[in-house]
Amino acid sequence: MADSFQFELVSPEKLLMSETVTAVSVPGSEGFFTVMAKHAPVMTTIKPGIVLVTPESGAEQRIFVRGGFADVNENGLTLLAEHAEPADEVDMAALDQSIKDAEEDVADAEGVEAKAKAQHALDQLREARAGLAG
Amino acid sequence: MASLKDLRNRIASVKSTQKITKAMQMVAAAKLRRAEEAAAAARPYADRMAAVLANIAGAVEGDGPPLMVGTGKDETHLLVVFTAERGLAGGFNASIVKLARQRQRQLEAEGKTVKFLAVGKKAWDMMRRDLSGKIVDRVDFRDVKQIGFTEADMLGERVMELFAKGEFDVCSIVYSEFQNVITQVPTAQQIIPADLSGAGEAEEKGAASVYEYEPEPAAILDALIPRNIKVQILHAMLENAASEQGARMSAMDNATRNAGDMIDKLSISYNRQRQAQITTELVEIISGAEAL
Repeated sequence: MADSFQFELVSPEKLLMSETVTAVSVPGSEGFFTVMAKHAPVMTTIKPGIVLVTPESGAEQRIFVRGGFADVNENGLTLLAEHAEPADEVDMAALDQSIKDAEEDVADAEGVEAKAKAQHALDQLREARAGLAG
Repeated sequence: MASLKDLRNRIASVKSTQKITKAMQMVAAAKLRRAEEAAAAARPYADRMAAVLANIAGAVEGDGPPLMVGTGKDETHLLVVFTAERGLAGGFNASIVKLARQRQRQLEAEGKTVKFLAVGKKAWDMMRRDLSGKIVDRVDFRDVKQIGFTEADMLGERVMELFAKGEFDVCSIVYSEFQNVITQVPTAQQIIPADLSGAGEAEEKGAASVYEYEPEPAAILDALIPRNIKVQILHAMLENAASEQGARMSAMDNATRNAGDMIDKLSISYNRQRQAQITTELVEIISGAEAL
């Protein structure tokens, strides 16, 4: 069995999870990565997607997050998620709504840079939706 | 002197008032517990956010995003005033608005322009009479049962929109910090430009552990600062919610006690008067019998 480390998932409203785990896959904005014990300190933003938590004992958990930050340090991994819920309880209608909002943002965006940013956000949401559905 | 019937009516009316204040007190107590729990539950995120922010602020070279360093000016101040949606909470709303006005006078004495953003119905009610020209926007959460991140998010976006439009240079929030049921401290806190007073110690920490940043520290900071503003707003709202219930609870406790005192006083004068009436009647009967 691999070494374990402390994983904390916090949303603005409360501490959602604080567990000893062996591995966590995080949807970083520059690509997915998996954190295991003794990972080098990293700080990154995360995009909407699924966090895969492998606890020390018991089944894997899939948690859907909507962006946030990941902070890996010597004490473990801390995920500051804007919004998080178990992947199978995700409100698809709400997600579709935010995709629609994002589409409108793309349409409304002025200037190349803003447009690219909005498009990027939309793509991330779509990708997350596809990941959830599949 | 009021008649016996009047006294009886008054006692009945004070009694029903007491019932209402008592019920309000108990409701406030129950809500207070929930509000306190919510405030406590939000603390880990705020703490971690502060730690992350301090860490990254030490890693960024050069200037941060404008939300962090400000516009370089100090001309126009925006005060975001948080109050409750309802009254009957003692001096709760009044003390927050009072602090906001104090700040306004102080800033205006220094020759600065002050604008307000009223959050909560009471802030608007209390300030619109003389300050309506200075209130740029108002928000209320009448239909929101439990304040959450959604509201903070919305409000944060609005504040940042105003900032992007160059409506103000410095933004502070005015709310009531919850200490306990009896004490709530009206507090003003600057959120834009970000107050990174804790950043000094972080630099040492940042040097100790070599972090990798992905994407660039500046890019993370760009995403982090707006979120931090929202978190601070959420913190203010949750503290305020707890303070409101605390203030209402003690105000209603006082009211209940006052009503009790009043009932006692009224009952005494009611009994006295009744006694006096009986005595008068007896005297009349006896003197009538003696006259025969």
